[in-house]
Amino acid sequence: MIAYAIRRLLIGALLILALTFVTYVLFFAVPSDPAKQACGKNCNEEQIEQTRIALGYDQPWITQWTEFLKGIVQGRQYPADEELRANNPKLVTDCEAPCLGFSFVNQQTVNKILSGALPISASIAIVALVIWVTGGVLFGILAAMTKGSFLDRGLVGLTLIAYAFPSFFIGKFLITYVSIKWGLVDYPAYQTIADGGFFGWLSALFLPALTLALLYMAGYVRITRSYVLESLGEDYIRTAKSKGVTQRVLVSKHALRAALTPLVTLIGLDFATLLGGALITENVFAYNGLGVIALQAFAADDLPTMVGLVILVGTFVIVANIIVDILYAVIDPRVRLG
Amino acid sequence: MSNPLLSVVDLKVHFPTNDGIVKATDGLSYTLERGKTLGIVGESGSGKSVSSSAIMGLHRGTNAHVSGQILLDGVDLLQLSNEDMRKHRGKEVAMIFQDPLSAMHPYYTVGNQIGEAYRVHHDVSKKAARARTIEMLERVGIPQPDRRVDDYPHQFSGGMRQRAMIAMGLINNPALLIADEPTTALDVTVQAQILDLLQDLQRDFDAGIIIITHDLGVVAEMADDVLVMYAGRAVEYGTTKEILTHPEMPYTWGLISSIPDVAGDTSARLIPIPGNPPSLLQPPTGCAFHPRCTHRDKVPGNLCVTTLPELVPGQRSEGHLKRCHIPDPDAVYEREVLPEIAPDLVEER
Repeated sequence: MIAYAIRRLLIGALLILALTFVTYVLFFAVPSDPAKQACGKNCNEEQIEQTRIALGYDQPWITQWTEFLKGIVQGRQYPADEELRANNPKLVTDCEAPCLGFSFVNQQTVNKILSGALPISASIAIVALVIWVTGGVLFGILAAMTKGSFLDRGLVGLTLIAYAFPSFFIGKFLITYVSIKWGLVDYPAYQTIADGGFFGWLSALFLPALTLALLYMAGYVRITRSYVLESLGEDYIRTAKSKGVTQRVLVSKHALRAALTPLVTLIGLDFATLLGGALITENVFAYNGLGVIALQAFAADDLPTMVGLVILVGTFVIVANIIVDILYAVIDPRVRLG
Repeated sequence: MSNPLLSVVDLKVHFPTNDGIVKATDGLSYTLERGKTLGIVGESGSGKSVSSSAIMGLHRGTNAHVSGQILLDGVDLLQLSNEDMRKHRGKEVAMIFQDPLSAMHPYYTVGNQIGEAYRVHHDVSKKAARARTIEMLERVGIPQPDRRVDDYPHQFSGGMRQRAMIAMGLINNPALLIADEPTTALDVTVQAQILDLLQDLQRDFDAGIIIITHDLGVVAEMADDVLVMYAGRAVEYGTTKEILTHPEMPYTWGLISSIPDVAGDTSARLIPIPGNPPSLLQPPTGCAFHPRCTHRDKVPGNLCVTTLPELVPGQRSEGHLKRCHIPDPDAVYEREVLPEIAPDLVEER
């Protein structure tokens, strides 16, 4: 079990390394000159060249990549050129480990940009996760247990409706009615737990989280339903039934446990992706989360921020995968005991 | 005997489908005494598993239509409420299945799963159930049961898994044990051990056993009575000795001809039954076996195609029932079938 976990962790670390490499390579394949971008429209050749040196873009890309890796491990200082830093101490920006780069568009380290946005996206994702997993799995089991009944058909129909509505519609609807017209929750505006306390934080997050959760919940009701139904068809369910186990135990103990493995995979990956920001929902609720940052970075051709974002979100997905793999071993003794 | 343990009367299990009604079991009747074994033999799709699942009430909650009577100790299981049937399952009637690997939950320990069978029907602590489980594991011949009880099914060998399934089936001392192809998924050497174990346990627990199989060798080893099924119906029914030595139905002849005999005469031929089992959606008219029957020429006229033969006593005894139009089947068997499959036996006779 421990050897298995260590193996997963090592593979994960390798994957993250590969991820930085690939994003870096892609960064250089993009047909835009970062030095020209950083310098601005009115720069002449000489100034662009100076900028290139200042930002370290004159180095071979393999050096830049290792510098970037070093920055992640030890932190680094910008501008990249040592001479420049020595001559102009005022220009120097510290970027602490794990340094993900420097955005010349925003004149800020990528870390600062991302660290402002991450808690917002993460907060929404966590609250949404709790709502959608609870609701999705519960309703999914309910639908599976009453397969073919009015309740089952109703639930499946509702999920279709929820799935069909785009999130900006649900978001706008919730803001307009639940918050403004009915005044049931505060107008959503992000506040940290430190500022607003747990309930202030939750109340401000509730609507965007609910918007996302509804969408995911719709999928999870159907997935849970089909996984539970599938495992209800297994031979060991017939065995359990032959023992005289009640329907409730049959579903909650025998069938659900088997359905847990694929569910955990989905939850892990969906959550990790959602940590990387929910573009439309964040926009609707005017939350400056990672989704909005990504949009801005793409609009401004802000390559360092994009690279930082890709690596951050990619790391989330990899870490989520490792956690899912370890959970597999916890759930399934065949994985744990080989 | 006047009061058998199990008495199945005109059992029908029909599945409505979009294309029509599938008559998986159609008018099946048999009886079983306590401590005796009935072998139900037939090809895949002959209705042998479906009819036995009906005894367990496993068709409840599905779209299957089950009718007739299943009297266990005088109680008609088909008339029980779902809750009462649940209380019977595993306690009065238990079932063990073909593939013990897929029949056990991969995520729970063997002990957990066997203990659950006990705890469902007995209000005892986990500890007591565990002790009882270990006792049962020991009884079915699992070495070091106090240690193996915490293993998962995948850590058991195939034979041990089936032993564990038998322990699970017998833990509540049921009156009736249904074994659905219990040895099919096992190695040949292990098969014999499992059959031996079942016989041994039957003596101790005094349970009636229904053993479902397509292997007449298993029947010869285990069963007191044999029921041969074809296309959802009984085609021959009698004591094992009678059926195996004087079969009166060409399908049974076919089954017997299909048994490879290791120790027997090397000049004996292995004769497969031609064709495939019929569709239950549109079974052949008359005798369902007629399209595959190589002895139709012994029946005058077109009787095999037009008329379903009744299940009636054969030539030799009242207890030997057969469903066939051939007038003198015993003679045909001795004259035409036996010389092909067991020339040495013919000489002895």
